[in-house]
Amino acid sequence: MRRVPLVQLAHARSGDKGDSANIGVIAYDEESYNIIRQEITSDRVKRHFGSWVAGAVERYELPNLWALNFVLRGALDGGGTVSLRSDAQGKVLSAALLRMEIEVPDALAEGTEGRGRVPGGWTPEER
Amino acid sequence: MAERDVVRLGGGQGFWGDDLEAPIRLVEGGPLDYLMLDYLAEVTMSILRKQRSRDPSAGYARDFVTLMGRIWPTCVERGIRVVANAGGVNPQGCADALEEAGQEAGVSGRATIGLVRGDDLMPHLDELLHSGHELSHLETGAPLSSIADRVKSANAYLGVTPVVEALGLGADVVVTGRVADPALAAAALIHRHGWSMDDHDRMAAAALAGHIVECGAQSTGGNCMAEWWSIPRLDIAGFPVVEVESSGAFTVTKHPGSGGRVDRASVTEQIVYEIGNPHRVVTPDVVADFTTIRLTDQGGDRVRLEGIVGAPPTESYKVSVAYSAGWMAAGTLLYTWPDAMQKARAADAQLRRRFERLELKLDAVHTELVGWNAAHGPLSGPPPAEAPEVQLRVAVRSTDRASVERFSREMAPLVLTGPPSVTAYAGGRAKVQEVIAYWPALIRKDVVDPHVRVEVRPV
Repeated sequence: MRRVPLVQLAHARSGDKGDSANIGVIAYDEESYNIIRQEITSDRVKRHFGSWVAGAVERYELPNLWALNFVLRGALDGGGTVSLRSDAQGKVLSAALLRMEIEVPDALAEGTEGRGRVPGGWTPEER
Repeated sequence: MAERDVVRLGGGQGFWGDDLEAPIRLVEGGPLDYLMLDYLAEVTMSILRKQRSRDPSAGYARDFVTLMGRIWPTCVERGIRVVANAGGVNPQGCADALEEAGQEAGVSGRATIGLVRGDDLMPHLDELLHSGHELSHLETGAPLSSIADRVKSANAYLGVTPVVEALGLGADVVVTGRVADPALAAAALIHRHGWSMDDHDRMAAAALAGHIVECGAQSTGGNCMAEWWSIPRLDIAGFPVVEVESSGAFTVTKHPGSGGRVDRASVTEQIVYEIGNPHRVVTPDVVADFTTIRLTDQGGDRVRLEGIVGAPPTESYKVSVAYSAGWMAAGTLLYTWPDAMQKARAADAQLRRRFERLELKLDAVHTELVGWNAAHGPLSGPPPAEAPEVQLRVAVRSTDRASVERFSREMAPLVLTGPPSVTAYAGGRAKVQEVIAYWPALIRKDVVDPHVRVEVRPV
């Protein structure tokens, strides 16, 4: 087993609703989904964000989409228009969650190495 | 499947301020039956109300009127009907301006405007509170009466019914105030397919289709994390088009030749966007279960969604109340190598000692070192050892306006009296802004519905 950053197994999108934020985490494949479903508990997400999220974390499963949805209460320092943060609407909480380290079998770690990150030598002109 | 059974609906604006040309690309770049445009974020309503208090004829999204002036002849030619919540806090004013724009664009006698009103609860707010509707805060449970004197706007999120009615009366362009975003699109599908409001699965499909298109290019490759570096030509992103069959199954796609990408990743990111419990995604018209969606990536920028199950709607509309909650300001300065991070932190400490000395009444002070911890806060890890530069950003909030005003004059002096190698203060003083907070509540539909009005007029 090896630890890899979640960004290697899944992509994500986050947004706001009042002072709560949600993060939808979407695994790239079924094997990764089965692992993150086991590994990423609501407690673990709460610990991951520490003081950045004041309230409780709820967790929901969408196996049909290989996705988990996390609702983070008190995540936005008062909500989109009240918050003093640059990220007042929690748009980049998704990326922050993908920093989490996940234990995976060696084969999966090797097979997914570099996924989620820009390949070496890439330039903006390629788009 | 017969071609006539498919309704093509595009989402041309994800918010007020989105790509101005996107709706033009949608109506000109391929087949389309309906164009849906979402202009209203939560914060937009209070901005519009402020504009209207200065000018009674304002209070709606003027960009929409300009846009229709440009695309209306094409829409008439191709039979494309438009639904937009551009009316803001003045749908009537929007419709008036639209009528003029239509005449100038030469569609007189060939087009009609539908107007949906009644979402604005401000005229009835006192009456509602007095007759026992507490409009309690959905999360804290506090009654609205505790902030009633500071309320700036109050709008119910209406459902599909009045929009379906306007379309049924023959409106080519329907202008609304606050309508639940997905309902703008769902209404067109319900109208065209003749679906029954009691058909909860199809209502759920319509709501899902609306949810997919309501944020513009966010479902077609914009803001998509999955191999974002390989998503082509977002400068001419194809905005989402749903091809909806009479069964409720639909395909998410975009016009040929446009930029962006429609695949499992781009569509799934939008499905999970701003949802809570996926088993109970509540719109005014249905409670949809997003765990029942079957998604098939067919390749070629086509993703099929089917199988979604819906349950009967709730008895309530969501209400969004905007109220004044004090004042805020944020200021920035740029510190450079060597020791950029230390300089910025020293400046922050100096600033905070000033706040104490001046006895500023600040409810919150928030410091970010942009380039290190602004976005991810305590998750950012240790500061970079040799940052070439770092931006100090300090933001404050207070119910005491004078304290925030004084804060806005405290950043600039750091340029001469703080740590060295500092620049980028040319933007001037931090701008003091009123804090508009949101108060989510519920209200019984039967209280709101009698105020809802639908009218259709010729251009």
